[in-house]
Amino acid sequence: MATRYDRKQPGLLRSLDWPTVVIYLVLLVLGWMTICGASYDFEHGLDFFDFSTRSGMQVVWISTSLLIGSVILMTDDRLIESLSYIIYLAFLVLLFVTPFLAHDIKGSMSWIKIGSFSIQPAEFAKFATALCVAKVMSGYGFDIRHWKDFAISVLIILLPMGLIVLQKETGSALVYVSFFLMLYREGMPGSLLFCAVSAVVYFVVGIRLAEEPLWGIAETSLGETAVLLLIQCFTVGMLWVYTSARDVIWRIAGVTTALFLCSAAFARYLVPVNVAWVLWGACSATVVYLFYLALRNRLVRYFYIGVFALASMAAYSSANFVMENVLQPHQQKRIQVLLGLRDDPRGAGYNVLQAKIAIGSGGLEGKGFLNGTQTKLKYVPEQDTDFIFCTVGEEEGFLGCAVVLFLFLALILRLIYLAERQQYRFGRVYGYCVLSIFLFHVFINVGMVLGLTPVIGIPLPFFSYGGSSLWGFTILLFIFLRIDIGRNRLQRKS
Amino acid sequence: MRGKYELDNRKYVIGGIAIGIILIYLVRLFTLQLLSEDYKRNADSNAFMRRIQYPARGAISDRNGKLLVYNQPAYDLMVVMVEQRGVDTLDLCQSLGIGVDWYERRMNEIKDPIRNPGYSPYTQQLFMSQLSTEEFSRFQEKLFLFPGFYIQKRSIRQYSYPYAAHILGDVGEVGPSDIERDEYYRSGDYIGKLGVERAYETQLRGEKGSEILLRDARGRIKGRYQDGKYDVAPVPGKNLTLTLDIRLQALGERLMKGKIGSIVAIEPETGEVLCMVSSPTYDPRQMVGRQRGKSHARLSADPMKPLLNRAISGRYPPGSTFKTSQGLTFLQEGIISPTGTSYPCTHGFHFGRLTVGCHAHPSPLTLVPAIATSCNGYFCWGLYHMLSNRKKYSTVQEAMTRWKDYMVSMGFGYRLGIDLPGEDRGMIPNAAYYDKAYRRSWNGVTVISIAIGQGEVGLTPLQIANLGATIANRGYYVTPHVVKGIQGEQIDTAFLVKHRTMVSPSNYEWAVQGMRAAVTGGTCRAANSAMYEVCGKTGTAENRGHDHSVFMGFAPKDNPKIAIAVYVENGGFGAVYGVPIGALMMEQYINGGLSDASEARAREFEERTINYGNQIR
Repeated sequence: MATRYDRKQPGLLRSLDWPTVVIYLVLLVLGWMTICGASYDFEHGLDFFDFSTRSGMQVVWISTSLLIGSVILMTDDRLIESLSYIIYLAFLVLLFVTPFLAHDIKGSMSWIKIGSFSIQPAEFAKFATALCVAKVMSGYGFDIRHWKDFAISVLIILLPMGLIVLQKETGSALVYVSFFLMLYREGMPGSLLFCAVSAVVYFVVGIRLAEEPLWGIAETSLGETAVLLLIQCFTVGMLWVYTSARDVIWRIAGVTTALFLCSAAFARYLVPVNVAWVLWGACSATVVYLFYLALRNRLVRYFYIGVFALASMAAYSSANFVMENVLQPHQQKRIQVLLGLRDDPRGAGYNVLQAKIAIGSGGLEGKGFLNGTQTKLKYVPEQDTDFIFCTVGEEEGFLGCAVVLFLFLALILRLIYLAERQQYRFGRVYGYCVLSIFLFHVFINVGMVLGLTPVIGIPLPFFSYGGSSLWGFTILLFIFLRIDIGRNRLQRKS
Repeated sequence: MRGKYELDNRKYVIGGIAIGIILIYLVRLFTLQLLSEDYKRNADSNAFMRRIQYPARGAISDRNGKLLVYNQPAYDLMVVMVEQRGVDTLDLCQSLGIGVDWYERRMNEIKDPIRNPGYSPYTQQLFMSQLSTEEFSRFQEKLFLFPGFYIQKRSIRQYSYPYAAHILGDVGEVGPSDIERDEYYRSGDYIGKLGVERAYETQLRGEKGSEILLRDARGRIKGRYQDGKYDVAPVPGKNLTLTLDIRLQALGERLMKGKIGSIVAIEPETGEVLCMVSSPTYDPRQMVGRQRGKSHARLSADPMKPLLNRAISGRYPPGSTFKTSQGLTFLQEGIISPTGTSYPCTHGFHFGRLTVGCHAHPSPLTLVPAIATSCNGYFCWGLYHMLSNRKKYSTVQEAMTRWKDYMVSMGFGYRLGIDLPGEDRGMIPNAAYYDKAYRRSWNGVTVISIAIGQGEVGLTPLQIANLGATIANRGYYVTPHVVKGIQGEQIDTAFLVKHRTMVSPSNYEWAVQGMRAAVTGGTCRAANSAMYEVCGKTGTAENRGHDHSVFMGFAPKDNPKIAIAVYVENGGFGAVYGVPIGALMMEQYINGGLSDASEARAREFEERTINYGNQIR
């Protein structure tokens, strides 16, 4: 039961969370300086405030963002909350019509031209989705453990995601995956997160090792074998954690190991057969066995674990299907390059290699403001948008990168603190949406520049050039700051 | 409720994930930026274009300061593909004197990534190389009509004389093996290919300079790095002075026209090579510029092998010129005494069924007349007595080894070490060689032909000339060399050392006397001169076909200024070609020119050709 406060609301500026605003402003300034560096031309020099250049235009985007931020702070958070559904629906419609209005920009159908500017609705749909999901989840009687409620919140997330995929902006769509972090905070079972991580592991291991033979047996793919063994391991691991049936564990582990070793020896020395088929059999047998145990012992946990094993097999079988039929060819290529399947320094691997070269050449202190060669001489592609972090690395070095990364970390931790201090679930859910989105952007964007995550074209908040993304992040953040200002207001509902 | 606290704890999980990600990225940044230098190097090679500034190659002159090789400007025509659109192709082709089909083929070649791996449409690509000054000046007037075309200045070698191609050598583009061996070279650089150009490459080439330019990802130049602070000016190559006398060389090449063989002349006291003729030869001016490839291919295919420097790469039987070395060895070993020992020669050396024939002359005879008349019998007996002397040597092998040591001390059997590439070591057989060839059953008679410079013995013309120089010096030689001076540098000290042979100077006087007697009353009478005392020795080297004509000599007898070897393949008796050519060469060098009578003789020899089947045109 929440406590009732009955005092007058303190002043707007007094309740505003200034640490967040300061971090935001510092990031804006650093971002603008980095864009100056990235678009600087050795030949012609640069007037940083010339509106025909990107650094000049970014000044416009920054000032309008500040304006938008101020306007949001001056509105009523209750109004925003009550408009959540309408805003969400409006954006769904906008996302739906975007591909019909859009111009094709590098294969993406996500930009709408208004006058001389282009905007990308997908950047704004994030805050709309966050508002809507927060509104739904703060509704009376909402319980995430209730499958219907859970399904509704997932549906709210998946709808815009699907529409954005239709715009061929898979990168922006993937950002919505970050909402699951919020769902986890709100009570989604941790095992689901574990399942998601497992799926990624299957995908990576399966594709990475698909072409390798197991133990010199040409018929058997090492990737397939490894994934199936992993499924068995995870299943056994879950049995270990969630049940106390040690004999079941030994039975499954022993039989699988024995089958695997015997069939591998048979395939190598007698008749070369596909060992993976034996493992498929072993996995299926495990599932059937677990279902049998569930029925016999009336223990639903066995059933869930069996479902996990079954789902794992399904996920892996669909991984190849997804790789070949769902992903765009350039995305397939990027994933293959990331997994080391392709070595193509002039092709898809070029971007990542050049990014690493640019960052690596920065050293401890960097080459100094405007002195970076790699970013300015256009070796790094997209050097002022997706690969902007390279400029930080090259010109400001390890120290500069560390400062920027710590600022982002401070922002995210501060947002966790703010979200946790919300009295309403609405504010907390929205806050977690915001920080999850920031975390995902930093994770993917910086990771891809460092060659650790796939090259997914999403911007680095406050650094990447572009009005849509800067406005989008500003709106996202300032709505939360506005909600945070109203945190102590009298509660309407208990 | 299960959960409130448990769910509250999840904020730590999420915060932990954020901290974990940032920490992993910091570690990654640390390794990229601080632990690896590779990225920095990569970045430099990306962004910095080192434009190489080529130094002028050193000039080459002869011993009298006459300029032999110098640099001449040549012009490469470059094209930037993106800028050349809209050029009047027909006009361009006419101005350059090329066909439109050639133009199109060349353009396709430039764009072909396989033939031209470094292609970028934004940078200058070589369109046509080494335009001559005339072609250039004609084209330059119209250059403004052809945007995208640029002229780049280079320098090519030019030769003042059509002579001495084998010694001077030439320059050509570096091959992959050169680049691999020496990291100084980059693709497209020039390197000395033959002769002095190759042997003194490091001195002649100088040091390349560089300017560092900033280049963007499309290869466009974006200015100078730090305004040229790190640019390095090129260091010009060093000039060389050769030991060659170009007039002597020219005469030698004239005299050897239509004949195969070589002439080597050495200044005995210093080992300086005064001339080195290898015939057939070629005009070094053919090996310059765009025609080099074609000329080189034609010369390589020629069955007469004009590219081969026979003076140092040819291995020949020295014939009778070798007898001097034998007499010296026998004297030093005490096998013969200069006046006391005489051997019979009744039309040759007869031993059992073996006969080494000889011509008619008085018999028996001592060393000096034996050299003068080039008596085969005398030297065969000498070698026989040496190899079968069991008092002095316990076995024939020991005697043979002793003999071989003498030969090696005279500069035979190993490379002399001249400063030119491609020297042959010649051949001096040793005991092990004969043990293998005759399964240890051999004696002095078996190998007797080596006494008269036949059989297994093989020398290069340079080694024969060096034998002449050794006798002229009465017992020592300085390693022959063709470079007299390097600008601002000492020549190799190996060319200043006197190598003494195993024979004492006093014994050499007998060989000198013999060679003098050959000129005054023996086989080399044609070499006699009224103005200075000539010493000489003919050779008639037996051959499967017609005999080779050989002459080895020096002049004057005291304080000799020139030692010479002439080797004319299939020229018959030594006196037919060897002696007269040697005489003319010595006259040219000692007198600084030829008398009218000699000039007439020179012209006569110039026109005499030897028929080598249908091989010489």
